[in-house]
Amino acid sequence: MNPADETRTAQVLAREISERCLSCGKPLRFMEVCGTHTMAIAESGIKSLLPDNLQLVSGPGCPVCVTEKIFIDRALETGRRYDACLVTFGDLVRVPGSSGSLAGFRSEGGSVRVLYSPLDAIEIAAKEAPRPVVFLGVGFETTVPTVAATVKVAKSKGIANLFVLPAFKTIHRPLEVLAAKADLHGFLLPGHVSAILGSDCYRYLVSDFGKPGVVGGFEALDILLALRDLVIMTVSDSPAIINDYRRVVRPAGNPTARATMFEVFEEADATWRGLGVIPGSGLKFRPEFAGFDATTHLPVEVPPAKDDPRCLCAAILTGSRTPDKCGLFGRECTPEEPVGPCMVSSEGTCAAYYKYGLAARR
Amino acid sequence: MCLAVPMKLIEVTGEGTGRVDSGGVSTDVSLAMVPDAKVGDYIIIHAGFGIEVLDNEEAQIRIDLFHELAEATAHLEET
Repeated sequence: MNPADETRTAQVLAREISERCLSCGKPLRFMEVCGTHTMAIAESGIKSLLPDNLQLVSGPGCPVCVTEKIFIDRALETGRRYDACLVTFGDLVRVPGSSGSLAGFRSEGGSVRVLYSPLDAIEIAAKEAPRPVVFLGVGFETTVPTVAATVKVAKSKGIANLFVLPAFKTIHRPLEVLAAKADLHGFLLPGHVSAILGSDCYRYLVSDFGKPGVVGGFEALDILLALRDLVIMTVSDSPAIINDYRRVVRPAGNPTARATMFEVFEEADATWRGLGVIPGSGLKFRPEFAGFDATTHLPVEVPPAKDDPRCLCAAILTGSRTPDKCGLFGRECTPEEPVGPCMVSSEGTCAAYYKYGLAARR
Repeated sequence: MCLAVPMKLIEVTGEGTGRVDSGGVSTDVSLAMVPDAKVGDYIIIHAGFGIEVLDNEEAQIRIDLFHELAEATAHLEET
C-alpha cells in the first residue's frame, strides 16, 4: 500500500471510531493486553486520533513489568552464590532488584549474557561447562514454547549445566480477573500469544463476562481496525471475539507449539506485580524435566522484596492509573534511572509515555 | 517481548532448521514449531523460532479491505 492510501485508510477508520463513540456518548475504556501493542499505539500516535470518550489503557502483557522484584533478587543471588552465568533477554538487564540490577551485577564482575534466542544458551552452556548457566525464564505463551524447545534440545544433547529460573506467565487467568472489572469494556487481545493459543480460546470473555475481544495485528492500521470492531461491538452491545489478525492467528493457534510447551511445563500458581498471586497463571517444570529447574538445583534464600510505595506500576498494569498520575514519572523515574519495571522495559507503559511524550499531551 | 516479524524461508538447512531472509538480512532459525513450512513461505519469527506461517490469502484480503476504504475516501476527496 502506498503512504497516501494508508493515510486515507487510517482516516476512514478513525472517523468511524469517532462517530460511533460520539453517538454512543458514554465513556468507553478498552485495554490493550499486550506490551507490544502498547508500544505500537504510542509510536503511531493513534491516541491522538481517538475521541475524548474513548480511553485505551495498558494491560499486564509486558512480561518484564509483571515480574516481581524478588525474581531479580533471586537471579542475582543465584549468580553470586554459584558463580553462575546468567543468560537473559535484554529487557530484563536494567530492571532494579532490591540491591541493584543485572547490569550492576555485570559491572561488579558478574557474568550476564544477553540472548537473541534461548537456543543460544545451549552453546554458552557447552562452552562454560561445568559452570552453571541460568536462563532467566520470563515471558508469555509466545516465548515459553521456544524455551521448552531449547530445554528439549539440551536434554537430548545431555547438557547438564543449563538451568532455567522460571517466572513464566499465562494470559487467561489474569484476563478473567480484568474482564470482571466494570470499567473495562473490551479487550485488544495479544497478537502473538494468540498465534500460539488461537483466536477461539477467548470465548469466556463473551460467555462469562459479556465483553468483546479483538485479536489484532501490530501495524497502525491493524490496531485501528481492531479498535473499530471493538467500538462497534461495544456500542451495539453485541460482544463477540473477532480475529483481525487472520494472516497470522488461526482459530486453533499452533498446536505443535502448545504441545512442546506442555511437554516440558505444567500449570502452576504465579505472582504478578499488580495482581498478586493468581492460581494457575504460571508454569513449572514437569517431573521429567525437573533437572533443569534452577529453583531446586541452585537454591537461594532471599529476603522479601519491598517495592517503592510511591511507584504506581501495579495500578498501571491493571489499567487503574496512567503514568502521568504517578508522582515519580519523569522526575525520579526516567528510562535512565528507572524506579519501576514499567519504565525499564522497552514495552512498558511508562517508557512509552516518556518516549512519546504522551503525559504532556493528555 | 512478544515481538515477532515475518521473514521469508529461503532454505531448509537441516532437520527442523532453516534460513530466513528479510530485505537481504538473513538468519538461521528453528522450524521445530512450523513443521509444514516450505521454502518461499513467510514465517513469523520470534526469538529464533518460527512460530507460525503467514497466510498469504488472508494477508491479501486485509490489503484489499484497506484499499477499498482508501478508495472510498479518495473518491470523496475528488467530489
